[in-house]
Amino acid sequence: MSSEPIYQLTVSPDFTPSHISGWYIFNTWLQRCLNARVHCELYDDFESQRQAIVDDRVDLIYANPFDAAMLVREKNFTALAKAMGVTDECVIAVAETSHITCLEDLKPGTRLAKTDDPDINLIGMIMLESVDLSDDSVTPLLVDSYVLVAKALIQNNAEVGFFLKDAFNEFSGAVRKQLRPLVSSEISDIQHMLLASPRLMAHTEPLRQALADMPKHLQGNSVLEALNFTGWQLLEQEDTEFMIDMIDTLKAK
Amino acid sequence: MLNDMNESGVLAPYREYNQPLFQYGVRHLLVNDTEVPYPDGKLIVSRTDTLGIITHCNQSFVAMSGYTQAELIGAPHSILRHPDMPSIAFKGLWDDVQAGNIWHGYVKNLRKDGAFYWVYATVIPNVRNGGVVGYTSVRRKPSRAKIQAAITLYQTLKTQENAHWEGPQS
Ligand SMILES: Cc1cc2nc3c(=O)[nH]c(=O)nc-3n(C[C@H](O)[C@H](O)[C@H](O)COP(=O)(O)O)c2cc1C
Repeated sequence: MSSEPIYQLTVSPDFTPSHISGWYIFNTWLQRCLNARVHCELYDDFESQRQAIVDDRVDLIYANPFDAAMLVREKNFTALAKAMGVTDECVIAVAETSHITCLEDLKPGTRLAKTDDPDINLIGMIMLESVDLSDDSVTPLLVDSYVLVAKALIQNNAEVGFFLKDAFNEFSGAVRKQLRPLVSSEISDIQHMLLASPRLMAHTEPLRQALADMPKHLQGNSVLEALNFTGWQLLEQEDTEFMIDMIDTLKAK
Repeated sequence: MLNDMNESGVLAPYREYNQPLFQYGVRHLLVNDTEVPYPDGKLIVSRTDTLGIITHCNQSFVAMSGYTQAELIGAPHSILRHPDMPSIAFKGLWDDVQAGNIWHGYVKNLRKDGAFYWVYATVIPNVRNGGVVGYTSVRRKPSRAKIQAAITLYQTLKTQENAHWEGPQS
């Protein structure tokens, strides 16, 4: 007896918390669109999500670009689309009261607060490299969320912190006032993307079309609104390969 | 397209060079010793075909080089070649990437206006369906200490290369 498959949708754990409900709404839209059962599983951290990928439990993923290389090159995932105008940028910030005014003020041993978000940490360390700091010369403080990075700075448990720019910009005025950005990346070529597993092969073309058409329909529009996206931009294989090449140059030591 | 440099649009004062280039012959260069600082937080990205002809470059690349995108696409990457760079650095780059490996290095680049900027560059082969179809380079901001070390090293290498070029004395 054949039973209908249940696919799994998951989202890179660095999504901003205010959009959790948006992903459940997207999942409902997705099930209608595919006429299939899809379960939305949100992992707490990158490690447990990667394990799920390794175990072939994931079918559709809004992936951190850092993981995209593995998904495409080792797991044969296909990139479908990226959110329009959304790029992954890193803000390096200090507490408002800090004596540090520029990256050059940071010295070896600097206490650095960060999350486990791999692409933000990579971009952040590349910016610190320009003042001769590396993983070996900073004292890391690993925390679970960007709110906790902010807290570590405000309470002086760390001197400097890495933030996803979107998360930084969504802080309340009260939190934001206690932080001061030193530098912000402007890369614009590195983005999260929606990828489909080989199991979804038969569904990828209709799904791409439906994603592209989302802004044209009332229902699609309300889903996009819940995700705070304006639309999806379809990705060709070469767009994805290019971004993976870029990440490879950045990861290389 | 690659052309000789002429004084219009080049910062004065300038030094003049005749730089042999692999895909061009001898390019006449006008070089001014003003450094343009690498912008914080940016990556300068370009791609070439397998012969080193530029096929893609991002906005930061355009802004730092001083050329327009139209001037860059289709030009050999040596459009940025600064005469203070030793040839052996680029030989190393090509040897590495043609062997399928990654290359890193500090590079002094020449702008259209004759000024220069330092980058820390990484170049990798673009492998598609098992074959190399081109190369990607991503540059980041180098530290002052690393630039200083590169200046010293490249001066030494350049002196050796010039001694060699001036012909065998024996
Ligand atoms: C992807 C890629 C990026 C390159 N970037 C530069 C660069 O930024 N500056 C530069 O002088 N040469 C760069 N080169 C090397 C040039 O192709 C060239 O070898 C060099 O400028 C020396 O010129 P020549 O080979 O004609 O002697 C790059 C090569 C590749 C494949």
